[in-house]
Amino acid sequence: MPVKASDDDPEKARRFRETALPFLDDVYTLARYLLRDAADAEDAVQECFLRAFKHFGSYRGPAMKPWLFAILRNVCRAEYARRATTPTSPIEDVPESAEQAPLWHEVQETPEAQLLRRWDSDTVRRLIATLAEPFRETFVLREIQNLSYREIADVAEVPVGTVMSRLARARAMLRSAWMAEEEQPK
Amino acid sequence: MNCDEAELLLHALIDGELDAGHARDVENHVAGCPRCAAALQDYRAMSKMIAEGGARYKAPLELRRRIETALPQPRAVPSRRAVLRGFAMGSAVSAMAATGLVAIVLRNDDVERIQSEVVSAHLRSLQAGHLTDVISTDQHTVKPWFNGKLDVSPPVIDLTAQGFTLIGGRLDYVDARAIGAVVYRRRQHVINLFVAQTGSTERRAAKIETVQGFNIRHWSDRGLNYWAVSDLAKDELADFGERFESAMKGGTAG
Repeated sequence: MPVKASDDDPEKARRFRETALPFLDDVYTLARYLLRDAADAEDAVQECFLRAFKHFGSYRGPAMKPWLFAILRNVCRAEYARRATTPTSPIEDVPESAEQAPLWHEVQETPEAQLLRRWDSDTVRRLIATLAEPFRETFVLREIQNLSYREIADVAEVPVGTVMSRLARARAMLRSAWMAEEEQPK
Repeated sequence: MNCDEAELLLHALIDGELDAGHARDVENHVAGCPRCAAALQDYRAMSKMIAEGGARYKAPLELRRRIETALPQPRAVPSRRAVLRGFAMGSAVSAMAATGLVAIVLRNDDVERIQSEVVSAHLRSLQAGHLTDVISTDQHTVKPWFNGKLDVSPPVIDLTAQGFTLIGGRLDYVDARAIGAVVYRRRQHVINLFVAQTGSTERRAAKIETVQGFNIRHWSDRGLNYWAVSDLAKDELADFGERFESAMKGGTAG
């Protein structure tokens, strides 16, 4: 990881602090869900902000938050690649078929089954973390980061239709997981 | 519309991404289909729960500091000094007057910058799950929590009897360093009391100012700088500050 940003322009740094740094928690949240490791997330977020600062001079849009997310995502790609060479933490690969499987496959319960139990934040985080990577990414960008479908499509570099189907699947999977949790006595 | 189509479009309906015509189609289907209706209800409940349920993370203070440190630091302070040095030397103004001017010029810039940072910290704290690192209404729990985390020990005073409930403490980040925040609540309003060390031990009387719609009461006493920030009305925030200061004089700090 680079230690120091080289560009020494106080005015640029001031504008960057004002416009980009307020999204630190958002970027960190996304990194936690993408990498599922606190230390890796910290490194990735630091790298993301330093890269963002480096390119801040030519930044003309989109909105700041999706712009930072797109940079973070590229940083995370490198981390995935590194993990792929480390046998202890294998990269998660979603087979093509997973994206095409019918949605209703997930929910076998009766249609009247209703979700009653409320989750605490640990449960919410744990269940989201169990989603496979592309679904988790889309889900977090929508449900936690409040991005529009168009913005998610730009960040994830996929068509809007793919965003829709990934989101549908992510929600269906979480709903099943939720129902499964409810069946366990607590 | 069949269930497969509806299942996909349900989500766009929840997310407000459907045009009016399609939204009506989905709603018509849901009205006659218990399975899709149940799914829609569950997905809505899930969204709501995730929005409210603390699924977000807060960036560690250390990470904030690392990023801040890696960015070029503002050069405002030296350049200001340079201007003033030239002014003081090149004119007949007495040293005393120049000193006073330095104080004024330095204060205005710094005060504004720090005020806006303090308001940002206050806003950050209001996001779900960000308000407190230690939750306690007991000053003898909150006070020791700060030990070893800061170079100062923020006074923690229980003002519950005066209508300001102590709800906890937090480490925050203002002016490129860690700072203590003691958190109080009055009715629905949160008050963040930021405490930082200052070079001078001189007492500075309180001043209330409004920044981005928030009121800030700032004062200095016994080597500590205080900023109380809240959306409370000015008179109530002033009341808070006065009670805090008089409790400090009375020596009831925990």
